[in-house]
Amino acid sequence: MELAYFLIETVVKVVAVFAVLMLVVAYLTLAERKILGRIQVRYGPNRVGPFGLFQPIADGIKAFFKEDLVPARADKTLFVIAPMISITAAISLFAVIPFGEQIELFGRRISLTIASLDIGLLYVFAVASLGEYGIVLGGWSGYNKYGLMGALRAAAQMISYEVALALSVMGVLMIAGTLNLVEIVRQQAGWHWNILYQPFAFIFYLVCALAEINRTPFDMPEAEAELACGFNIEYSSMKFALFFMAEYAHLVAVCAIATTLFLGGWDGPFNLPPALSWIWFVAKTGILVYFFIWERGTFPRLRYDQIMRFGWKFLLPLTLANIVGTGLYMVLRGM
Amino acid sequence: MLNTYVPVLFLIGLAVFFAVFAVGVSHLLGPRRVNPVKASPYECGMITLGPTHQAVPIKYYIIAMLFLVFDLEVVFLYPWAIVFRKLGVFGFVEMMIFVFILLIGFIYVWKKGALEWE
Repeated sequence: MELAYFLIETVVKVVAVFAVLMLVVAYLTLAERKILGRIQVRYGPNRVGPFGLFQPIADGIKAFFKEDLVPARADKTLFVIAPMISITAAISLFAVIPFGEQIELFGRRISLTIASLDIGLLYVFAVASLGEYGIVLGGWSGYNKYGLMGALRAAAQMISYEVALALSVMGVLMIAGTLNLVEIVRQQAGWHWNILYQPFAFIFYLVCALAEINRTPFDMPEAEAELACGFNIEYSSMKFALFFMAEYAHLVAVCAIATTLFLGGWDGPFNLPPALSWIWFVAKTGILVYFFIWERGTFPRLRYDQIMRFGWKFLLPLTLANIVGTGLYMVLRGM
Repeated sequence: MLNTYVPVLFLIGLAVFFAVFAVGVSHLLGPRRVNPVKASPYECGMITLGPTHQAVPIKYYIIAMLFLVFDLEVVFLYPWAIVFRKLGVFGFVEMMIFVFILLIGFIYVWKKGALEWE
């Protein structure tokens, strides 16, 4: 009987997270186009439905009915698998993210996270790295020079910033002493948010996250102006849509992880009942997502050598210095 | 405690199913009118010259090697950060020595020009 409850709980949680995520991703594409439009003093999509609210649905249907083209010289297997790797990795990230406080339902304690893993953060970084395979293989397998260039740039850029990203959260781990994301959130309860103790780490994390998910000003793998869309140039129909959705799911994921690590997760200025604690989480994540869209409308794209120089010669030493500084401070204060 | 990982497998399974389903359905629903020009590499109307898969600049290879070194460092730092409070001053000094040695390597790489993208 316990097993049955466990299975039902798991299936409900997994399906709920998946469904909400898909909805969020769909409307995030609309939100981004609307906000970018307003930033550039135009309306953005407003023809399909009231305020363009049905635009994501129209886009989805269109993607399904477009020709599924595989270039003649492409590596067919990898070409088909690449977008699947991307979307699978992006969705799987949400397995460890704690959305809210435990709730009581039908006499059972249910935590609002799919799995409270002790290696939570390691899992996040491992799965996020797998997503790179999708981009690299997608660019390589299409047998297109733009695509190959985009893939190469993506590979070098993402592994460069991955080091800095992993180093930037180290200070939080030193304070928390655990990789379990639920535990990290609990320790921040009552205004002990890690951003107050690790402000620099938060900024480093945001910059590295931007580079990891290939967004402006680090959108080198796509670089519309020079690579004509980069790694996904040969993709059409739903395969292209999967890359697109993976990018947005990944964006939501890095914002959710920033909320968990630095902004106290579901902890808020005043306490809501446990069943509603996820509202704080959603609000903070939403603000970060808005920031990511905002900066896309603000910054121009950097040059590739500038990006690589910034990552290796600037971010890497600084994140290391942050670790040393945090360690020194904790040792001098007697932990 | 293995069953804490079962829900993760559920989510990954659902994600894989969704990916295969989406690609499969669009493959069935979409039209198929292939011709040699459409199936050729897209290059803004130009005909592709020479092979696409050829030797890539050595830069990328160097970056990949540097990544291995520094990612290994990160792997060492994670368990250290977790037990940092328990290790105390001893652990801190030990790790600083390790980071210092790595820093020497980093400076060497920097001075050698491996991080330059002319």
